[in-house]
Amino acid sequence: MNTKNRYVLFFVLPAVVLLLVFVVYPVVKTVLLSFLDSEGRFVAIRNYVSVLRSREIFDARGFSRGFPLGALVHNLLWIAIHLPTTMILGLSLSVLLKNVKGGSVIKSIVFLGMVMPMIVGGVMISFIFDRNLGVVNGFLGLFGIQTKTWTAHPDSALLSLIFGSVWLWTGFSVILYSAGLETIPRDYYEAAQLDGANPWKIFTKITVPLLRPVTVVVITMTLLWELKVFDIVYVATMGGPGGASNVLALQMYIYAFRAIDFNRSAVVAVILTLSTLGVGLSLLRSVKDDPT
Amino acid sequence: MRKTFFTLLGWLVALIWITPFFGVFMTAIRPLEELLNGWWRFESFNPSLKNFVGALNHPTAGLSKGIINSLTVAVPATIFPLLLGTMAGYGFSRYKFVLKVPLFVLIVITLALPQQTIAVPIFQLLNAMNLIDSYLGLIIVHTAWGIPWITFFMRNFFVTIPKAMEEAARMDGANDIIIFFKIVLPMAFPAIGSAFALQFTWVWSDFFLALILIYSPDKLLATQRIPLMRGVYHVDWGLLSSAAIIVMMVPILVYLLLQRYYIKGMIGWSLK
Repeated sequence: MNTKNRYVLFFVLPAVVLLLVFVVYPVVKTVLLSFLDSEGRFVAIRNYVSVLRSREIFDARGFSRGFPLGALVHNLLWIAIHLPTTMILGLSLSVLLKNVKGGSVIKSIVFLGMVMPMIVGGVMISFIFDRNLGVVNGFLGLFGIQTKTWTAHPDSALLSLIFGSVWLWTGFSVILYSAGLETIPRDYYEAAQLDGANPWKIFTKITVPLLRPVTVVVITMTLLWELKVFDIVYVATMGGPGGASNVLALQMYIYAFRAIDFNRSAVVAVILTLSTLGVGLSLLRSVKDDPT
Repeated sequence: MRKTFFTLLGWLVALIWITPFFGVFMTAIRPLEELLNGWWRFESFNPSLKNFVGALNHPTAGLSKGIINSLTVAVPATIFPLLLGTMAGYGFSRYKFVLKVPLFVLIVITLALPQQTIAVPIFQLLNAMNLIDSYLGLIIVHTAWGIPWITFFMRNFFVTIPKAMEEAARMDGANDIIIFFKIVLPMAFPAIGSAFALQFTWVWSDFFLALILIYSPDKLLATQRIPLMRGVYHVDWGLLSSAAIIVMMVPILVYLLLQRYYIKGMIGWSLK
């Protein structure tokens, strides 16, 4: 073996071996498990059919009766609410704070939610929506509205978690959009102002299009986070009450480590993995297609 | 006029965002009787550190032990992946070799994986290796899990720095391993700082891997003790708030001390 190859082995091999043994092999094993029964016999897609038809994953009765709707729908709902809200908040805050005195301090405050462990984030969310101590009820109390522990009621548990997680995650898009704004040359704005463009026009014709690469990244990272959400739900509601705030990652844990059904848990893990890979690959493609 | 309005609006946002932190802090330092009508009322105000002491010395989920345990895991689980990932990132940036592209694609793919994907097999694997409920096992898994993003991050850094210094050293007869440790590593310090800040924070904050791999009551990490402190039937908010503050202080300190590296890492991690 020549010296160059020895160096390659020295630098790359330890990392690759660990990766293959402790990440790649488990992933392959999980995929295999999803096609086997508990005795190890091949059952094709039977596990998938049974999991997708189970009430924990998809509960059609929920559409007429209310929560729970099943973990899969809950994740989709999380995306439908959390993604646009954090994006719009992040974009508008980063534009607002760019020209505000102390803007960087405000950004740091908003970013604090991202810095803390998500298990603490979940505690903070239960706190925010608590009956006696919660900020939400303190505010509603000003108008004499009746209060409750929002995370403890089926009809409001999931939505509380989702809006609480907006509070946690907005800092991420603020930081990314702020970094993106720094890259837009000032001349663009000056030229537009000379041409008499109004602030809204400048925002929609210059800022938003030039931030497109950042937006792609924000969407990807936020989607990945929403699909993987686990800690907050675990500590704040444990998916309850009665499954009303259950999510896929938690259901996977419950199948595997509470019900000790590795095959069903593998199905949920594979569904999650395919979703995250789909999101990740579309990021790669859009980065590649980007003419800039 | 308009500027004042925007400044006020900005600070209003900051106020909204910081209020829960303030509330948790008030709940932690004040006795329960004072909180019944809301922590925002101050007719009487008798702060004490009683709840913090209570959380640190909690009989079943004491955080002082939890913090020591978490550090025991977080320090090696930051250093090992940092070293191996930096080496691999350098390898990918400087050499051509068989399987280079497929291996790199593999690394990028693993970046998106949820931990749930490896949970059951990793549990069985560590069980077979007698590494379940052991910090060594958890550290190995954190190392393997951290390697892809650190490799990716460091490779992106190394491709941007010129090779002139390394080539000069090679002319002088230094071999590649010496060059890496003596010349490249010092130059890579800012990037390593970013990777350190993020990896340490993430390992400290990890809950899921600890949850499935560590179960002896005295071995539980700090994050695992938070749900236990919550109680089953009623929530002792004073205790829980103090525990939340204690556990979040460590990553917040890392963030405040290494802010520039932290933000750079966060942006580089996702914008590259």
